[in-house]
Amino acid sequence: MPVDRIDELGGRPEPEQTLHVNRNRALRRFLRHRLAILGTVTIAVLVIACAIGPYITPFDHLFIDIRSRFQPPVSGAHVFGTDEMGRDLLSRLMMAGRVSLTIGFAAMMLSTIFGTLVGAVAGYYGRKTGAVLMRFVDAVLCFPNIFLLLTLAAFIQPSLMTITIIIAATSWMEVARVVEGQLRSLRERDFAVAAEMIGAPNSHIMFKELLPNAVAPIVVAATLTVARAILMESYISFLGYGIQPPEPSWGNMLNNAQQYLNSAPWLAIFPGLMITLAVTSFNFLGDGLRDALDPRLEV
Amino acid sequence: MTVVQTGTPLLTAEGVSKWFFLGNTLFRRGRQDVVRAVDGVSFDIRRGEVLGLVGESGSGKSTVGRTILRLNEPTAGSIRFDGHELAGLTRRQLRPLRPRMQLIFQDPFSSLNPRMTVGRIIDTPITIHAPETSRAARRERVAELLHLVGLSPRYAERYPHEFSGGQRQRIGIARALVMNPDFLVADEPVSALDVSIQAQVVNLLLEIREKLGLTMLFISHDLAVVGCVSDRIAVMYLGRIVELAPTRSLFLDPRHPYTEALFSAEPIPNPAIRRDRILLKGEIPSPVNPPSGCVFRTRCPYALPDCAKVVPPLTEVAPGHAKACIRDDLDLRPSQHA
Repeated sequence: MPVDRIDELGGRPEPEQTLHVNRNRALRRFLRHRLAILGTVTIAVLVIACAIGPYITPFDHLFIDIRSRFQPPVSGAHVFGTDEMGRDLLSRLMMAGRVSLTIGFAAMMLSTIFGTLVGAVAGYYGRKTGAVLMRFVDAVLCFPNIFLLLTLAAFIQPSLMTITIIIAATSWMEVARVVEGQLRSLRERDFAVAAEMIGAPNSHIMFKELLPNAVAPIVVAATLTVARAILMESYISFLGYGIQPPEPSWGNMLNNAQQYLNSAPWLAIFPGLMITLAVTSFNFLGDGLRDALDPRLEV
Repeated sequence: MTVVQTGTPLLTAEGVSKWFFLGNTLFRRGRQDVVRAVDGVSFDIRRGEVLGLVGESGSGKSTVGRTILRLNEPTAGSIRFDGHELAGLTRRQLRPLRPRMQLIFQDPFSSLNPRMTVGRIIDTPITIHAPETSRAARRERVAELLHLVGLSPRYAERYPHEFSGGQRQRIGIARALVMNPDFLVADEPVSALDVSIQAQVVNLLLEIREKLGLTMLFISHDLAVVGCVSDRIAVMYLGRIVELAPTRSLFLDPRHPYTEALFSAEPIPNPAIRRDRILLKGEIPSPVNPPSGCVFRTRCPYALPDCAKVVPPLTEVAPGHAKACIRDDLDLRPSQHA
């Protein structure tokens, strides 16, 4: 067969162009990002501690021991000290971490799925559908989030589920915008026309051909959404509309600690530190992913 | 149709126009600019024939290709494909016809999905039109096609970025052939490739056409390439066909001044040959505001005042040879003096 010899002339794939190396290149860029590594490690430690910590500590996070109230950290059996009712602060922090991280991840999942759907439909169909959907996104984006959260929270019975939904409802817009922009440009590419040419249904083109090419920016936006969701949960719990005592959350622990700021500052410092640590870690991770997955560097 | 032809046409385009309407947004309505990318184009392609379509950038060649494949909805005209009228069909109605007509793209870097393996790219049409096909049967078909286009079947597991431009174009051709189409539009399939690779891909297309008995519309701006591939050639200028003739007849005896200018612009690989180049003045006019009458008259060295009055129809001047020009007194045959 005469065409066989052309195969050799056509040039072999250059070794540096293989997918394997490409992935490694993204990984290498990520590993160069010191803060992102730090963030990843911190998140891993937090997740593991909150997941298995409560099974290990001898103290129940709800057990009240009036005799050992306001014990400062490292003074006795309680490593992080105790609160105004003698409850172990470390146990409470870990249980609160479960709540915050769960809400963070769940809200991220919800808002990413919803935002991706809205963005994909808007970007793929464009024209009037796209214009209407994106103006709706702009309108929701204009709402002052925290007031919206508080208003909604005031009407709805607070629980893990409702708080997650409320937070997701105020944070899906960024993903929607990212996905809309991506799909709008991807659908003009020839491979989208090729899919149209073979008679592929819209859902196939949208979800199987185009969206996989937009994964990197979606992952970045999702990571940053986790940070924002944790912060929002803290806001509403701090203001008393979120997780209700005695169940702890980093936000309502901070709220409690206000009265004892002078006498027992550790009650405020530790939950505050946790929020800062979690939020900055997710932000660093997001930044690192953004740099590592930037397609412009993928030449 | 003004051209007398033998053989049954597989595809007939009659008065096909594609106009793009500009400047209509949610907040701005009313006065609209219209880009007449394709304006009343008629031709037919017989079974087993390769029709070449040449013209400079912006002449509407690609739009013709995409409109007859119904990637665009034509503004006017009729497109008949093997007895089916394509104009006005919905996406759903077109779906059963899709496997029978395919497109080969110009840019081999944008036409393959970077997130799919080559095997997946080639077998996607099967999964859509014959979802019951077994995985093994699909893999076999992919291997068969990779072999047909001169690539190793083991490439099925790789991703597009691992290949060179010529190899990618072969993958694109394999994808177009997977459903055994009758009709292929090749939209500048070699323009993005190195000259040495161009010949390989052109030869591959010819070989496949021979083997599978394909009917093809071959779009290019390169007369030499079109000349070596096509049975007949249509020359386009500013959205209209200005000359349509069998390849030999067009090369030996061009009748339209624009065709003459195109030939004159072709480089001759022999520096000893000198000839009078016809340099066209200015740019191709804007299709938003085309000249009245003959669209080529603003750049035509033989234009007469009458050229501005009427749009010259495509009329037959020799058997199978049609041109759209009111001047019958010109001798445009290429003259070469050493």
